[in-house]
Amino acid sequence: MPVFENLSAKLQGVFKNLRNRGKLTEKDVDLALKEVRMALLEADVNFKVVKDFVARVRARAVGEEVLASLTPAQQVIKIVHEELTDLMGGQSSKITFAPKPPTLIMLVGLQGSGKTTTCGKLAALLRRQGRKPLLAAADVYRPAAIRQLQVLGSQLNIEVFTLGDKVDPADIAAGAMERAKSFGYDTVILDTAGRLHIDDEMMVELERIRARVLPHEVLLVVDAMTGQDAVNVATTFNQRMGIDGVVLTKLDGDARGGAALSVRAVTGKPIKFVATGEKLDALEQFHPDRMSSRILGMGDVLTIIERAQEAFDAEQARKMEEKLRKQQFTLEDFLNQLQDVRKMGPLDQLLGMIPGLGKAKALKDLQVSEKELGKVEAIIRSMTPEERRNPSMIDGSRKRRIAAGSGTKVQDVNALLKQFEQTRKMIKQISDASRRRGPLGKMPFMP
Amino acid sequence: MSPSLFSAIRAGLTKTREALIGKIEQVFTGKARIDEEALEELEAVLIQSDLGVKATESIMEALRKRAEEGQPVDSNTATGLIEEEILRILGADSLRPELAKAEQGPTVIMMVGVNGTGKTTSAGKIASMLSKGGHGVMLAAADTFRAAAIEQLEVWGRRVGAPVIKHQEGSDPAAVAFDAFEAARARGVDYLIVDTAGRLHTKSNLMEELKKIKRVLGRAGTGAPHEVLLVVDATTGQNAIAQARVFNEAVELTGIVLTKLDGTARGGIVVAICSEFGIPVKYVGVGEGVDDLRPFDPREFASSLVSH
Repeated sequence: MPVFENLSAKLQGVFKNLRNRGKLTEKDVDLALKEVRMALLEADVNFKVVKDFVARVRARAVGEEVLASLTPAQQVIKIVHEELTDLMGGQSSKITFAPKPPTLIMLVGLQGSGKTTTCGKLAALLRRQGRKPLLAAADVYRPAAIRQLQVLGSQLNIEVFTLGDKVDPADIAAGAMERAKSFGYDTVILDTAGRLHIDDEMMVELERIRARVLPHEVLLVVDAMTGQDAVNVATTFNQRMGIDGVVLTKLDGDARGGAALSVRAVTGKPIKFVATGEKLDALEQFHPDRMSSRILGMGDVLTIIERAQEAFDAEQARKMEEKLRKQQFTLEDFLNQLQDVRKMGPLDQLLGMIPGLGKAKALKDLQVSEKELGKVEAIIRSMTPEERRNPSMIDGSRKRRIAAGSGTKVQDVNALLKQFEQTRKMIKQISDASRRRGPLGKMPFMP
Repeated sequence: MSPSLFSAIRAGLTKTREALIGKIEQVFTGKARIDEEALEELEAVLIQSDLGVKATESIMEALRKRAEEGQPVDSNTATGLIEEEILRILGADSLRPELAKAEQGPTVIMMVGVNGTGKTTSAGKIASMLSKGGHGVMLAAADTFRAAAIEQLEVWGRRVGAPVIKHQEGSDPAAVAFDAFEAARARGVDYLIVDTAGRLHTKSNLMEELKKIKRVLGRAGTGAPHEVLLVVDATTGQNAIAQARVFNEAVELTGIVLTKLDGTARGGIVVAICSEFGIPVKYVGVGEGVDDLRPFDPREFASSLVSH
């Protein structure tokens, strides 16, 4: 994932230089740290946070143990990784649910940080986790904000509670809680109007809502592209509202993510979720250790596995395994597999999580691959069900029809058929081997 | 610029100025001559104003030079230098905030930017400003992606008294832009403001969509769009430079609208953008009211930023 791309590229450059030296002196470390400091500052990490961070890394890195070790550069990188993780909160933290439902989650933040969209995404995420959420529209100021939440609600098929835009937001919040109680919703997600942290009147309104309905979680929504001001915003919201956590949005851009690194450090409040795309399922639990791995180009295999588990249903995987073993794997299955893989997210995001592939350069060609996948899909969709089951029947005339139908060339169709044949052979080899060693793994293969 | 406009921008920038000056004074308190530690502190102060590494470096260089020459560098000289440098970068004389005007037919203004910077709101405010100036204005709802974006623009249309041309949500934004242009020409309005969907500059397919909107407008009317304004949130950090770069490459920006300058954000990012691409800031948003959009004046901006 190209998250923190710039910061990540800079730091990796610094460490490459470091690795090229066998022995390290204190001076080498200082020089490297100076560049780390600059990289962090350019990434919009708050100045004070950077200062503390560099001081901590230095204190640990110039010790006799590190410098005298056989792989001093590795040691230094390890220290930076640990400190980065620590800076972002160490452990990942979850939503606190009320012992007696409904739980009220209140989203607050500046204008344009993405509160309303995040409400929708959070509702979708919680529902995937088996909860029954109700959305509540308490942004009575921005034109059409309520309508926006209603549209999201209807897309997700989740009820949206509204009293229109002429009603006090505190009454709306209270009304939503009543609704939840009587209709069995266990979670209420309250959207509030965007406001500047220095707008006293609007901040008083938030405090009033809080006093009225006593939310179990107040989440501050922060745009990942925010500059040095992020700490002021977070500090003020925290002082006045007592926030419980942060949702970081728009992480799918190339923001250097300084906000992520600073907000936790200055408020002590954890980042709980990150939004990584425009689709309504693009909200993830935030994992500091994984994020710091991504920043340092170490990849993020754990997230890939989790996404795979979400995208592939276990029963389907078992059926697929059966088919593979019995050599009944058809182009139709191939297409299903392809769609499952794409469900896991855009390819460039996925590959960005693979260790060693996180660099911008490696990701350049990927837009092409995404296109290629689209092509393959179009070709298979242009085949008749019979052709999909029995590709050997596809002759020259059929190939021309398929190519015309999918907007591709006959060569493309040929290439796909050849690739499919090879895949089949490969599967046969694997399944022959695995028959001797036990069942195939739960992870479906990637074409 | 009238005194009232000046004071409005000043008010919007007060927080910025106070923070910056306060910090610079802290740095220099009790120091007749600048030392290396103080320089480093100052560097940090500038970076914290989101001024950008380049601008910061050039200012630091000038200060260091003075210090090396044995000149006393106190807080006055430092602020003076910063103001000079900002003015130089903003190119106070060559950049003009006025909007371009079509030779014939409607003048087309296209609003572009990443999500949540305030494109729709700025479109509404510009419409209000033009309409108060006696011009006929029309709005095009070419943000067909975000839920309820069309309704949001319609509310603005009613406030300002400007017709809004729209299609269904999810329809082709270029088609909306084209229809809007035809309608604007037929009805003889002076300005057509095209609101587009927020998009992250890293999504190349969405940037292609934006290029298409521009192409279609260009085919519809000579020289259209006459203005392509990038809406930048003042709270944005260095990422705004990347935004400006990519949007500029895609649709050739003619200006910037800097929004949300009434918070504690420094707005220093504008200096960095000007320094890199020479794109002028045309308007600044300094509040939530319909009239809280002001023409940008580099000179006022620079002096508001650093003067006492």
